[in-house]
Amino acid sequence: MIREQETTLYLGPQHPGITGNMMVKLKVKGDTVIKAETHVGYLHRAFEKLIENRNWLQSFTLLCRFCVPEPDPMELTYARAVEQLEGREVPERAKYIRTIVSELARIQSFLLWYGGQSGSSGLYTLGQWSVGDRNYILDLFEDLTGARIYHMYMWPGGVRRDLPEGWIDKAYKTMDYLEKRLTDYNQLLFDNAIFQKRAQGVGIIPKDKAIEWGVVGAPLRGTGIKHDVRIDEPYEAYDQLKFVVPTYEGGDVWARALVRRDEIKQSISIIRQALDKLPGGSYYNRIPNPMKWTVPAGEAWVKTESVRGEIGFYVVSDGSNKPRRVHLKGAAYAHGVSVLEKILPGQNIADVSFILNSLGVCPPEIER
Amino acid sequence: MSILDLKGLLVPIGALKQMGKHPHTINFPDEEKNISDRYRGFHHNSLEDCIGCGNCSTICMNEAIDMVALAEIEGGKGDSGLRPRVDYGRCCYCALCVDVCPTGSLNMTKDFIQVTNNPYEFLLTPGKDNPEAKEKVSFKADLEASLNIFDRVPMRELDPGERVKSFAEVLLGYNEEEARREANRCISCGLCTEACPVHMHIPEYINAIAQGKDDEALKIIYDNNDLPEVCGKVCTRRCEDVCAIQVRGEAVAIRWLKGYVTETADNADLIKQIVTPEIREPNHYKVGIVGAGPAGLTAGYYLSLRGYDVTIYESHKDPGGMVMYGIPKYRLPYDSIQKQVDYMVKMGVKIHYNTRVGKDISFQEIYDNSDAVFLGVGLQDAWNLGIEGDDADGVMSAIDFLGKINSGETVEVGKKLISVGGGNVSIDASRVGRRLGAEVDQLYRRRIKDMPADWEEIEGAEDEGVHLIPQAIPTRVIKDKKGKVKGIEYVKAEMISEGGGRPRPVPIEGSETIIDCDIIIAAIGQKADYSLLPEDIADKLKMERGKILVNDNRQTSISKIFAGGDAVKYGNVDAISAIADGYYATLGIDKMLMKKE
Repeated sequence: MIREQETTLYLGPQHPGITGNMMVKLKVKGDTVIKAETHVGYLHRAFEKLIENRNWLQSFTLLCRFCVPEPDPMELTYARAVEQLEGREVPERAKYIRTIVSELARIQSFLLWYGGQSGSSGLYTLGQWSVGDRNYILDLFEDLTGARIYHMYMWPGGVRRDLPEGWIDKAYKTMDYLEKRLTDYNQLLFDNAIFQKRAQGVGIIPKDKAIEWGVVGAPLRGTGIKHDVRIDEPYEAYDQLKFVVPTYEGGDVWARALVRRDEIKQSISIIRQALDKLPGGSYYNRIPNPMKWTVPAGEAWVKTESVRGEIGFYVVSDGSNKPRRVHLKGAAYAHGVSVLEKILPGQNIADVSFILNSLGVCPPEIER
Repeated sequence: MSILDLKGLLVPIGALKQMGKHPHTINFPDEEKNISDRYRGFHHNSLEDCIGCGNCSTICMNEAIDMVALAEIEGGKGDSGLRPRVDYGRCCYCALCVDVCPTGSLNMTKDFIQVTNNPYEFLLTPGKDNPEAKEKVSFKADLEASLNIFDRVPMRELDPGERVKSFAEVLLGYNEEEARREANRCISCGLCTEACPVHMHIPEYINAIAQGKDDEALKIIYDNNDLPEVCGKVCTRRCEDVCAIQVRGEAVAIRWLKGYVTETADNADLIKQIVTPEIREPNHYKVGIVGAGPAGLTAGYYLSLRGYDVTIYESHKDPGGMVMYGIPKYRLPYDSIQKQVDYMVKMGVKIHYNTRVGKDISFQEIYDNSDAVFLGVGLQDAWNLGIEGDDADGVMSAIDFLGKINSGETVEVGKKLISVGGGNVSIDASRVGRRLGAEVDQLYRRRIKDMPADWEEIEGAEDEGVHLIPQAIPTRVIKDKKGKVKGIEYVKAEMISEGGGRPRPVPIEGSETIIDCDIIIAAIGQKADYSLLPEDIADKLKMERGKILVNDNRQTSISKIFAGGDAVKYGNVDAISAIADGYYATLGIDKMLMKKE
């Protein structure tokens, strides 16, 4: 006779299956999760408050630290909010460069996700490949911005530096290489019976609850709902480029993985189109002297499609040289707290970090 | 899992074909990483180009940059002597410091590896601790991508053709929008404050202008300059020479910004209302001041704010001294000075005009009736040309010439005026000559680039049709039978530098040239007239080369007598130095008399 007893299990904050510094407190019976609670507070840095104490330009070093795997959408969204407050025009070339950088950021983040998703199901080889290939994109970033991860490249008025010589060719080559590699990834992950069996029917987000729960990005599109800021409210150069938003039915880990796989292909296509069409001219509508730069009083709400879904910045200016209030609406809060707590009960303990990886959770974004 | 799902089990095994491929990673240190040309690694600072403005330290939100004094850097005008030291325990390699560096001396390099157990080794003074990194500079302080605004907001001015028709002010001044825009270029480094003789609070008032607080700016300005409108128009602006932005661009127009603020208060009552300085209770000490020039007025104003009973004695009918009589009205209108003097009178300064000390009142009387005396007599006498025929009718000094014009007298300039000299005064004489309808040639012994005059004045003169003849040394004035000027003879000079010093003009033999002219205006320097002083005082007053010796408090060798302005051997001969003298003499007098109590 097997006696099943209720036990409390702490997953994290230091656990290889956790995405960042957070903890999931699980109540389990046998191998089954009965209740899940997300606990954050392990890396509280008070981003939003700190930004209030920095001038308009200085906050860019903080913004990109909201989420390590995808620093660029934060910069872009905040820059766009400031531009909206100021009514600052962005040159056409800068819009294209920003589009390219955003999509590169998307690809590199998905490659990192490949590692996490496959790693949490015990398939470690793919992680080695995808993270290795991600370095080619980081090389592009290094050539363009001078840094591999935290770029501080897209700021109000455009971008910080123009494309260096030879960069466009290198970007084309990298895209060609990555496209080829996607078949290899398929071989290891999507054609793999182990992954298929682990992912299908696990961590289901019901389609009728998805919007209500605040699900965005790939998890939302994995339930069959077509929502993407790039299409719904196009920004930068997205309205001049052709691409489709992949959706899959099911709402499980499998559907979310398929959405991400297809999105890489779309991103590669977007980058190629943007490189083809890249206009000449200025890359930067110069901001005033940052020491004395004031932004007209007002408020702005600007959203973009980050890698993990729709994010938005609400920025209030009182007309001084610092923002009065900055608020980030990120994807992680909904995914990491409310959705996770709702979909974990009934799942297997071994699937917890697998599901967590499929949601895309950045703890700093929760405790901003 | 179904056992029949063979495909799903076999396909992944195909990954084995990747075995043996070269990995993306490199084996450090056997293999070198290929670092991009824009990499943001450790900093490198060119110690010679850096001026220690501290902008890098200000922008750094991680407080990773401290400005430290280095033994090998001396500092001086336009260089604080400090250099950035970076704490790599804090630095996040954002390179904002590079993009705000006005000189472009701070860059980032391809170096990024540092292994140490000692946290103090995280502190690096770029350029000093890593001179070899100069070769590896990667993320550069590009002029194009810099966050500094290098171009000055242009000043609107009268068309040269219009200018010569009247004495209307040439510069039209900044309007509000232009002033805000220009003020916003300032990076508040404070190098200008050091360079200013009276150490005006320049970053502070520019900041106030940038924020739209003109009243606050005026208040700050009046803290140690009581003639800001004069300075806003004709200051020699040594501040702008050391402006950090000036290294790679155009200096912030500090002078014009000051001019803008002072013009926002267009009468004495308004100035009083805005400035509202603190006035101390009367302390019953009396101070007598000789001369209502910038030095005397400044001492008078700040002493009366401190509760002293101040009386100024002025020989002319108007205040201002050399700025009133020596500077043409197209540069400094009459009202500008009068407005500020009216304000001073409201604050308690007493001025006796048309009172020449030594004639209308004796110096001894002032000396005996006062607790302290301030001498601000200036340089009233001009040097002669010192060449044959310089006594001719029609040869006059620029001081006399400008003084007569400014007092409303007429001077017959004829058709051709020759002005001799290369300073601001000679340029003034030339431009006034143009306004009186004469053709003007200006002779100067050195090259145009050696001229001590303000470059804007030189440009203005050329625009107005003044013909500059550089490297020309006057040798003889040619008179007609009646002893009137007929022409001037000069020789061309070549510039010869000996022993690496300043090149010296040496006459070229046989290059004598004669220009016919009707009037010659000489502006080759002035000297002081001390005849007002009684003999025993004049004997005791220590002098050097015709100038009164003073200490830091502007106190002379006679403890009760303080002195300042052009007649004092301290600083340059200009209005702002005189204002500084007046201000520091105030502090000196205050210190001396208050100590007595």
